[in-house]
Amino acid sequence: MATQEIALPGLKQPGISSIDRLHGLVVTVDHKKLGLMYVGTAIGFLVVAGLMALAIRLQLAVPNNTFLEPDVFNRFFTMHGTSMVFLVGMALVSGFGNYLVPLMIGARDMAFPRLNAFGYWMYIFGGLLLYFSYLGAPGLAGHGSAPDVGWFAYAPLTGRAFSRGHSTDYWILSLLLTSVGSTVSAINVIATAVSLRCKGMTLMRMPLLVWLMIVVNFMILLALPALSAAQIMLLVDRYLGGHFFDTQAGGSAVVWQHFFWLFGHPEVYILIIPAFACVSEIVPVFSRKPIFGYPVMVGATVMIGLISTSVWAHHMFSVGMASVGNIFFAISTFTVAVPTGIKIFNWLGTMYGGRIRFDLPMLFCIAFLFQFLIAGLTGMMLGVAPFNWQLTDSYFVVAHFHYTLVGGFLFGIFAGIYYWYPKAVGRLLDRRLGLLHFWLFTIGFHVTFDTMHFPGLLGMPRRIFTYDAGRGWETLNLITSIGALLQAVAVLCLAINLVRSWKKGEEAGNDPWDAWTLEWATTSPPPEYNFASAPVVRSRRPLWDLKHPEDPDWKYE
Amino acid sequence: MTNEASLPKTFEASDWKLPSARKVALICLILTETGLFSIFVAGYVFYLGKSLTGPTPREVLDLPVLSTICLLSSSVTITLAERAFSRDRVGRFKMFWLLTIVLAAIFLASTAAEWRRLIYQKGLTISTNLFGTTFYSLVGLHASHVIVGMSLLLLVFIFSLRGFVTIMHRERLQMISWYWHFVDAVWVVVFTVVYVIGR
Repeated sequence: MATQEIALPGLKQPGISSIDRLHGLVVTVDHKKLGLMYVGTAIGFLVVAGLMALAIRLQLAVPNNTFLEPDVFNRFFTMHGTSMVFLVGMALVSGFGNYLVPLMIGARDMAFPRLNAFGYWMYIFGGLLLYFSYLGAPGLAGHGSAPDVGWFAYAPLTGRAFSRGHSTDYWILSLLLTSVGSTVSAINVIATAVSLRCKGMTLMRMPLLVWLMIVVNFMILLALPALSAAQIMLLVDRYLGGHFFDTQAGGSAVVWQHFFWLFGHPEVYILIIPAFACVSEIVPVFSRKPIFGYPVMVGATVMIGLISTSVWAHHMFSVGMASVGNIFFAISTFTVAVPTGIKIFNWLGTMYGGRIRFDLPMLFCIAFLFQFLIAGLTGMMLGVAPFNWQLTDSYFVVAHFHYTLVGGFLFGIFAGIYYWYPKAVGRLLDRRLGLLHFWLFTIGFHVTFDTMHFPGLLGMPRRIFTYDAGRGWETLNLITSIGALLQAVAVLCLAINLVRSWKKGEEAGNDPWDAWTLEWATTSPPPEYNFASAPVVRSRRPLWDLKHPEDPDWKYE
Repeated sequence: MTNEASLPKTFEASDWKLPSARKVALICLILTETGLFSIFVAGYVFYLGKSLTGPTPREVLDLPVLSTICLLSSSVTITLAERAFSRDRVGRFKMFWLLTIVLAAIFLASTAAEWRRLIYQKGLTISTNLFGTTFYSLVGLHASHVIVGMSLLLLVFIFSLRGFVTIMHRERLQMISWYWHFVDAVWVVVFTVVYVIGR
């Protein structure tokens, strides 16, 4: 095809030395490069934190194991959780938002390109600072290593008396840095989506991904300050002798929990909604139907955003709130199921009667639908306060949130990677390796996390570094660990695929999926300026209008 | 056909107007800052009266009347400066802009004097009791925002002395003034919570 001979952007031109390429990455303010750098860095941290999870699972595979020392185990689950949430999840949110939002709204870049680069560098240095704690935390005192207080760092364990050395300080400061990065990136994405839309793209003609990114980034703006404020208070406690969380001077450890979960619960929606966003773009294209109930999808997302700010204390049923509090937070938790259910039905409605193509992105989306449904159902179970009292801090909870974050978030993101990789690189990911990745990961996921519910029901608490034989947990834990190995192999397949297809993949062309949103109207990979001339749209599916001038969408909208 | 790099320009509406990205971004910044202050205010209110030892707010706090008047009137002067700027009356703009800086400086100076009095005469430090911890954190967080705002104001003033500030920068000045109004509004909340309700 003639159009594929349009000059490819800087990265691909022959004769550029690797030092120049690195320099290009360091000084770039291009939203596409930064978006890919976000996603690439996130995948790097995903591998590191995934290896920690693997080590944790090896330790727990058999009773009385001595593979990991107890304190190493504590550091691993803390670093695993913190990395996965802040360095993987949040970075993927920023990365997908950065790469896709300007392309989808027909803009040439983000509203504030330099601020965008600033956000990325804050993020990566925050992440490196967190890992530097292994070397830096002992400090002059000679105590401490990486943080070992869990990703929610409950007081008073984080107090000066219980957390000596600087491990908790590294946790605080690195997350404050990444939070600054996330905040400026959120401001940037919102300003871009609101102010830089191309002609004709009214709010209700935006692709759903852009809508969902706006909601997510508003949630980041509202939720992250709660964490930052609590962390600043903790710093005051640790360094200036403050008493915010010092129970011996009248402070309260429960206040930390309230502040943390005021951030922490919206955070899990912040992670899952970008997966919703990917699924909402991919399912229509591979079902060959427009999305079912677009305005309702928008409304449901806004509802999730609003309700998510008033459910935080369902993480705290066991601290002994008044029963009014328990009932309020149980009811608000159930309320979230309504908009989420609407979304699931709308995706099914989109697929219903469609000519479904089972390409890799769609496979991940279908698995996502089933798994996210089950994750939601166990979430409902945990929302029942008395049930929660039985199972809080058990492996049932661990299984539940890994079901949402792996089975939901990660599957949605994998779908997105297979879907947009051809756009970003110009080459398709290899289908055979992709299928291997899909099946190994899906099977491994179910072997691990379906099984993990049961030791929880049998009373196995989370965060124990080992357990005695004879409690009925041995076989279940062994199966769980085997599944983890399968998932590790699957991620290896993805990594090989990403690297190999970069140079050797099949040429994708501009629009390999016959899709309808604006990013597919430009070349793959897009030039630095995205669009040669500013596009103009008249409906939600501008490329449909272009390909079917005899029956365009705008006649019916 | 499917790989066209541009789309046909057949759009009827000629007036396609979107809000300014700067304004949207600043509103977002104010939103997230509001979240930050809310948590500190909530912490302050929650810990009111929970200190195990003295001194209490009633014993040591005086109403900061002068600094409040200065900070609130600085919102008026910055508006006047902005108005003068948009009418191209440069001298008047510089005068009101400088006045805003002076008022902010008086506010910071009287906060400093208040803290000095509290620390050296009343023996209240950030580690004395819960009141000290929450008081210095909340008021200090606000004061640090005043310092940031004042630095921005000073920067603009220095640039305007050298003639670098032109009508092109109108929206940027407007953004600084929005931020400044926000810092003032936060002070109204802090004043009410700390010095009126909490005393």
